[in-house]
Amino acid sequence: MLRKQLTIILFCLFLGNLAQAAPLTIEITQGVESALPVAIVPFGVEGARKPPDDIAKIVSMDLARTGRFDPMDEKDMLARPSAPENLKFQNWRLMQREALVIGKVKHESGDRYAISFWLFDVYKETQLAAFNITGTESGFRAVAHKISDIIYEKLTGEPGAFSTRIAYITATPDKKDKLQKEYSLWIADADGFNPQILLKSKEPVYSPAWSPDGQKIAYVSHERGKQQRIVIQEWLSGARNITTMPLNGRQSSPAWSPDGKKLAFTNHKDGNAEIYVLDLSSKNVQQITNHWAIETEPVWTPDGRSIIFTSDRGGRPQLYKTSANGGAVTRLTFEGVENARAAVSPDGNMIAMVTAIRNDSTNRLEYKIAVMESATGYLSILTDGILDESPSFAPNGSMIIYATTTRRGRGELAAVSVDGSVKQSLAYEDEVREPAWSPLNNK
Amino acid sequence: MRILSKLSVALVSAVLLLNGCGTTGEAEQEQGAVAGGGAAAGTAEDAAAAAATAPTAEAQPVEQPKERSPLEEGLLAQRVVYFDFDSSVVHDDAMPMLRAHAQYLASNGTNITVEGHCDERGTREYNIALGERRADAVRRILLANGVSASQIKIVSYGEERPAALGHDEQAWASNRRSELMY
Repeated sequence: MLRKQLTIILFCLFLGNLAQAAPLTIEITQGVESALPVAIVPFGVEGARKPPDDIAKIVSMDLARTGRFDPMDEKDMLARPSAPENLKFQNWRLMQREALVIGKVKHESGDRYAISFWLFDVYKETQLAAFNITGTESGFRAVAHKISDIIYEKLTGEPGAFSTRIAYITATPDKKDKLQKEYSLWIADADGFNPQILLKSKEPVYSPAWSPDGQKIAYVSHERGKQQRIVIQEWLSGARNITTMPLNGRQSSPAWSPDGKKLAFTNHKDGNAEIYVLDLSSKNVQQITNHWAIETEPVWTPDGRSIIFTSDRGGRPQLYKTSANGGAVTRLTFEGVENARAAVSPDGNMIAMVTAIRNDSTNRLEYKIAVMESATGYLSILTDGILDESPSFAPNGSMIIYATTTRRGRGELAAVSVDGSVKQSLAYEDEVREPAWSPLNNK
Repeated sequence: MRILSKLSVALVSAVLLLNGCGTTGEAEQEQGAVAGGGAAAGTAEDAAAAAATAPTAEAQPVEQPKERSPLEEGLLAQRVVYFDFDSSVVHDDAMPMLRAHAQYLASNGTNITVEGHCDERGTREYNIALGERRADAVRRILLANGVSASQIKIVSYGEERPAALGHDEQAWASNRRSELMY
């Protein structure tokens, strides 16, 4: 087993009720042996005003969390250059570092800082990147994540997903009656920082879905008359709109089309769930599926031409595919007792899902996250939980975040790389579920 | 619980006799078991009340649909229908209870919300659809027994509103349910 255990414990120092929704710990439970040894040197500080955050530390954490990098511990560094002219490559070769990042922060005026950084290949003694970025006090962590994105892309050839966000739901049990819960919808940075609450409700809230421009979130709420309805909320302004459909029934399971112009959803009527598509500007609704069985959990393929969904028309839930205009239906999954809740990778090559497998020793169904190659149908199971659900791809396709229930019944979040080699767990104070990773352009 | 179950069996049997429903003893015992496991507290109280006042009920031959008969009260106190895993089939043993509710609702014109619920297994949105199907199965029985469509509202909470905490077969069984709320 070429595996390497590496652990990062992150203590979040938030004040007030925000602390509840920030992860208490982020732990890399499985990394790769071939993780690239890098060194992110603490950035030099110029000017009297001390910057609000340690950029090198944030970047090191970001890179380490992917499991693909092994950042050097700051206290083991022999030197701390902050400009290329002071750099001696042999110091870093001695420490067997392959890539090196140095930089400096200069206070300009008000809450503005000028940040410069350089990325080097230690063995080739070449500069791979050099950037100047301006940042504000409040946006300092965002600048650090931007730097992580640049470094990640230069070293892996793929875009980073550090400047993204994750939406999720927490369910806090009432102190007196544990069956009563308060549901909250949150958005936090991809590293769990800056959590902000979008909605609090005594009624269930579920199925959060980002619009492709990252400006809005659709979700299901039971607030009006207690029946399920789809709400579209602009997350920056907080403006909310309960979607009214020209249909009888109750709606759930929203999914934005890749161009953001349409919303696929499930309409529940007379005990039957069918998939429809709402044109958001014309408000026209088109029925996509028509079958007595359950059809739900629609997702779009990235080309916008097809919809993948869950149906129990074969007896148990499995994934099926149809055109975005409806019509013929093809079954996609055949392995496992059940397969449901598809998520399509950004390039369309992979379909993640919840797969149910019977554990022969307990005779119980166990729910795990699996990915299937769209082209070949080859299925691999990525996780070993008993009740894993809600897979969501990072917008660069590298990781899948999902909800897991620990053996003691606690709801946590976890992430796994698409090849299964890297695993991380994110423990929260409250029961947390249904993570949804934002698109890249969510500013 | 054993005493409770016996009381419930006696009660259910009495109702069946009064209603003239011919069923086997085996089915009656199953009904007893369900009533004992389901609305336990309510059943105990109402069974006691039923036992105390039953002769009065028998002595009044006049039909008074606006008032619940004490025996009917025993069935009406049960509000939960249980289901098998990934199924929305209402078991025969829930029928007397649903018929009693239907009769009461039809004669009083009361509105009802039928909730559908699931255990935690399976995905959330699939469970919303399954809970909807369970609530609808109950709705159809109420309709077939004289309740008008405009009286019934259905809502599915899927796995969001469990009746029992826990992650074992016992908790799952009590969470796979439809509740009659009125």
